[in-house]
Order: sequence, then C-alpha cells, then structure tokens
Amino acid sequence: MTTNTSYPLKRVDFIFLNENDWKQILSKTLKRDKQEIINCLMSSELKGRGGAGFPTGLKWKLTSDSEADEKFVICNADEGEPGTFKDREILSQVPQKVLTAMAVCAYVIGASKGFIYLRGEYKFLQHALTNAINEFEHYCEDIGFHFQTSIFMGSGAYICGEETALFDSMEGKRGEPRNKPPYPTSFGYLGKPTVVNNVETLAHAFTIFKYGAKKFRDLGVQYSRGTKLFSVSGDTPTPGIFELELGMTLQDFVEEFGDGDTKAVQVGGASGFLVPRKRFSETAIGYQGRLTGISLPTGGSMMLFNSTRSMYNVLHNYLDFFREESCGQCTPCRVGCQQLLAGIEAVKRGEKHSSYLEKLLKLSETMQLTAKCGLGQSVANSFASIVENFWEEMVF
Amino acid sequence: MNSTQALIKDLAIRYGRERTSLLPILQGVVEQEKYLTEFSMIEIAKELDIPASDVYGTASFYSFLETKKMGRYIIRVCKTITCFMKGKNQVLLTIEDMLNITLGETTPDGKFTLLQTNCLGWCHKAPAMMVNDEVYTELTPERVREILGQYFRRNE
Ligand SMILES: Cc1cc2nc3c(=O)[nH]c(=O)nc-3n(C[C@H](O)[C@H](O)[C@H](O)COP(=O)(O)O)c2cc1C
Ligand code: SF4
Ligand code: FES
Repeated sequence: MTTNTSYPLKRVDFIFLNENDWKQILSKTLKRDKQEIINCLMSSELKGRGGAGFPTGLKWKLTSDSEADEKFVICNADEGEPGTFKDREILSQVPQKVLTAMAVCAYVIGASKGFIYLRGEYKFLQHALTNAINEFEHYCEDIGFHFQTSIFMGSGAYICGEETALFDSMEGKRGEPRNKPPYPTSFGYLGKPTVVNNVETLAHAFTIFKYGAKKFRDLGVQYSRGTKLFSVSGDTPTPGIFELELGMTLQDFVEEFGDGDTKAVQVGGASGFLVPRKRFSETAIGYQGRLTGISLPTGGSMMLFNSTRSMYNVLHNYLDFFREESCGQCTPCRVGCQQLLAGIEAVKRGEKHSSYLEKLLKLSETMQLTAKCGLGQSVANSFASIVENFWEEMVF
Repeated sequence: MNSTQALIKDLAIRYGRERTSLLPILQGVVEQEKYLTEFSMIEIAKELDIPASDVYGTASFYSFLETKKMGRYIIRVCKTITCFMKGKNQVLLTIEDMLNITLGETTPDGKFTLLQTNCLGWCHKAPAMMVNDEVYTELTPERVREILGQYFRRNE
C-alpha cells in the first residue's frame, strides 16, 4: 500500500497572482448557501497557515454553530515568528483577497465586524491598508452587505499572536494567553464567538472561492493539501517569499534554495525544529499525519544555515528571544526560558559538565508538558533538536 | 489643560472611552511623545475611569509602549537570528560610534535613543532596523551612516 507522502518541489502562483476580480468573487460567494461554503472549505482540506494547522472549514462551522448576539472575525497579522515575513507581503500586495475572505467568513458565521490585528512593526502598512478597507467597505455597501473592518495595531509583543492573548490585547489588557477551553469559536473577543485566521489562510480561502475546492485539494499530499508560502532566509543565494506545493522533502528544498553548503535548516521559526543535513531526505514539509513519516507542521519560516554557523549561537539567539517574549504568566515558561539560557552558557564556559545538557533537555520536556500556551510548550522543539543534533557544538 | 491632557482628550474622543480603547490611546500618546510619563498614564486612567495601575500594567507589557524617557527618534536594531548572522553587530557599532552612546542610551540632546528589538519581518533583507515607524533594510555601515546623516540634518 503506498500513498504519495512527498512530492518534488513545485513552485505555484496563486496568492500573489492578482486578477483584480475580488468584487466578482465576493458577490458570487455571498450568494452561495452558508453550509455549502463550509462544505467547500472542508472538502478543500485547507488547514490554518498560522502554525497550528487547524482545519479552517471546521473552525468556521463551529463558530457558525455557536449561538450569540454578536460574533467577530479577526485576521491575525501579528506575524512575529522569527523568519516569517509572508503576511506582510500579502497585506501589501493583495489585501482585497484577505478582506474578501473575512467578509465571506462574517457572512457564514453571522458577524458584521472584523478586525485586522497588525503588528506594530508593520505600522507603515496602516495607511495603504486603511485605504483598501475603505474601498472594500464601499463595495460591500453597494451590494447591500453589512460588514465593517478596522485595523487594531499591536505594540511589539510576539505573544499577542497567540489568539487568546490577542483578544486580551484588543480588550486593552496585557497580552496574556487564557486557559483553553473555552475556545475562541465559542468565547473569543469580548467573550463572543470569534474566528481568528492567519492572513495567509484567508488568502488561500480566496483561492478556493475562486477556483473551487477540488483545484486546491488536488495540490499537495495527503494531510497537507494545497500550497503554502515559505519565507526563506539565512544562508541562501535567493532569500524571499515563495509559494510551493506542500509535501516536498527538505532535500528538494535545500537543492533549490541552499548555497551548496547547507548544514541544517530551521523549519517553522524559533518555535519550530532544526533538521540536520543527514535527515533532509527523510523530512517532508507539511502537517503531521499518520502516514507522512517525519513531517513538520510549519508557519512557513525556513532558515538555512551553512557550515560557517555555530549552532550554539543559533540556539542562544532563540532562547534569548523566548526569554524576552515569554509573557511571564506561568512558572515553567518564565523560569524555564531563563534556566535553559543560563544552562547552555554555563556548559559552554565549562562551568557545568556536558551531562548537564541532559538535565536541560528534561527541563524543556517539562516545559512542553506544563506550560500554559504554545510559546512555552514549543521551546523544547528547537532546544531538543539543536542540542541532540549538535551536542559537540554546545560543549566546545 | 496642558498639551498632553489635550492630546489624551482628543484620543478619547476619537477612540472612545471603553477599555478596548486603551491600547489605541496609549499608542496615540507614544506616537506624539515617544514614551509614557506617569502623568500621562494617570490622565488616561482618569479619562477612561479605570485604575492607574491598570494603565501602567497594560502599558508595561508592550515593548513599543515605553515608560522610560526616550529620544525623539527611537532606533530599534533587529537582533534576531538572520540579522545577527548578516552583520547586525556592525550596524550597532556604527550607530554607537556616530551617536556616541551605547545600547539603551539616549543622546544628551534628546534626539536619538538606541535599542534592540526582535525579528522585524524583513529577514530576507537582513540586517534591518526601525527609526520610529520607518523600516530600513539591507544595512551596511555605509548605509547606516547615510541614513543617520539624513536624521542629523532634520530639524524640528
Ligand atoms: C506564541 C504564539 C504566537 C503565535 N503567533 C501567531 C502569529 O503571529 N500569526 C498567526 O496567524 N498565528 C499565530 N499563532 C497561532 C494563533 O494562536 C492561531 O492558532 C492562528 O492565528 C489561527 O489561524 P489559522 O487557523 O488560520 O492558522 C501563534 C501561536 C502562539 C502559541
Ligand atoms: S507558556 Fe510562556 S508565554 Fe505562554 S502563558 Fe506561560 S509564560 Fe506566558
Ligand atoms: S531576523 Fe531581523 S528581520 Fe527577521
């Protein structure tokens, strides 16, 4: 029994292809039955592109099923994961696609208000985006659809990209993640059912409304359908943003984007995994699935490192990032990040025996199990994959 | 009413006096004054009728809502991995040298403050930095000298 679980690398062009037909797609889609739109998204097998990979159709359905006097749709443009810069480009080049998908979502779930949570670092986009929103709202009015969108600016906090921290931030509080459940689909912004989708997820939804579910689903591999934007940076002759069909192996990726001397690739940003050269060919890029062997969930950050780089410095940089960006609300994460950083420094300086790294690995495992949100839980991803694969670089 | 009070009144009229207006109001003050003083936070608390400690609690959470005195131009150099690999330290040294201050300091004339920040979302054009809301990418010491030179010549 064989199932295709990886494909050769294939470049595609949907997201940035702009045929300026959003008005047509919007009017057409708003005439469709709500349930039918949900079914279409479900059969496309679109999964969230913000990192967690939750099925988008199901998210819209759950929110649509929640009873409430008010609901919201929020586009998550906090894009703070190191090595990710695709959402910025979508919002500068094709904001109408994102707004169209937000409006369709509002129609499906029964909302009339949308927000774009835009990270403070992207304030330069605010003006053009506001103009795009004005034009969009005008058109909605023209076709008799009541939908308003506003931009909510962030202020330099990575954790606010976590959806419940994002709600608290919009509510004028510290951006500290909430306990889940309740989930945003029933209790989100201001306690109302809320869909939070990543910028890119919404752009793909536009593709699906335009071309139909089948066209999208036919791309990619099992469990990882469609295309994905990859933000490529580091030691590469061609840094930039590339739309690729999901499911290629890391080997293919490195052949395309590497500089001939790639020693490791960090997939999914600081909260993702480091893959060393010896495992490039057995690693497929997509969402985890039973049949896919080693497959990595990914927000699309791909950082390449060549043999001139010290993996100790890389890990040190990531841990410094987490230590600063941890909201400090729960002990395993707040103290854990500090201890991991201090720990690898002590080993490097020779003040601790190399076996101390084992203790630190245990600590990162504990964080994975006990931290309250995805930030603290995912520190172990890069920590373990770097320490285990580059043990000697940590010590000498 | 001094200018800060007037500004806060204006912002409250524009954004409303709900708790959900707190961040936009704080951002509005920072946009004009570059940082939040105790006075402005107390004024905001009065305007929204919430405890001043809530205003401070929220403000202190966000790295772009400074509660310490800042210069009129806040320089934030990205220190995350790709910028680090592509020469962020040279950028930093060039700025320190030109401004004669070290990281975290403000020039005596109150014009520039030098800070570091995390990934700005321009890694494919690293190293990157922001000066207030403006982003500069593909920095080299020469380009930094050119950019800062333009700010030196700016009088306001
Ligand atoms: C620490 C942390 C940071 C996150 N940052 C972002 C972000 O910047 N953008 C984003 O879309 N999702 C981010 N997420 C994921 C969101 O919580 C949420 O799952 C996502 O926005 C849902 O949209 P999607 O289903 O379309 O991916 C983050 C999650 C965590 C735990
Ligand atoms: S895991 Fe870290 S970021 Fe998440 S709630 Fe706990 S302290 Fe905050
Ligand atoms: S690492 Fe500096 S912009 Fe991303």
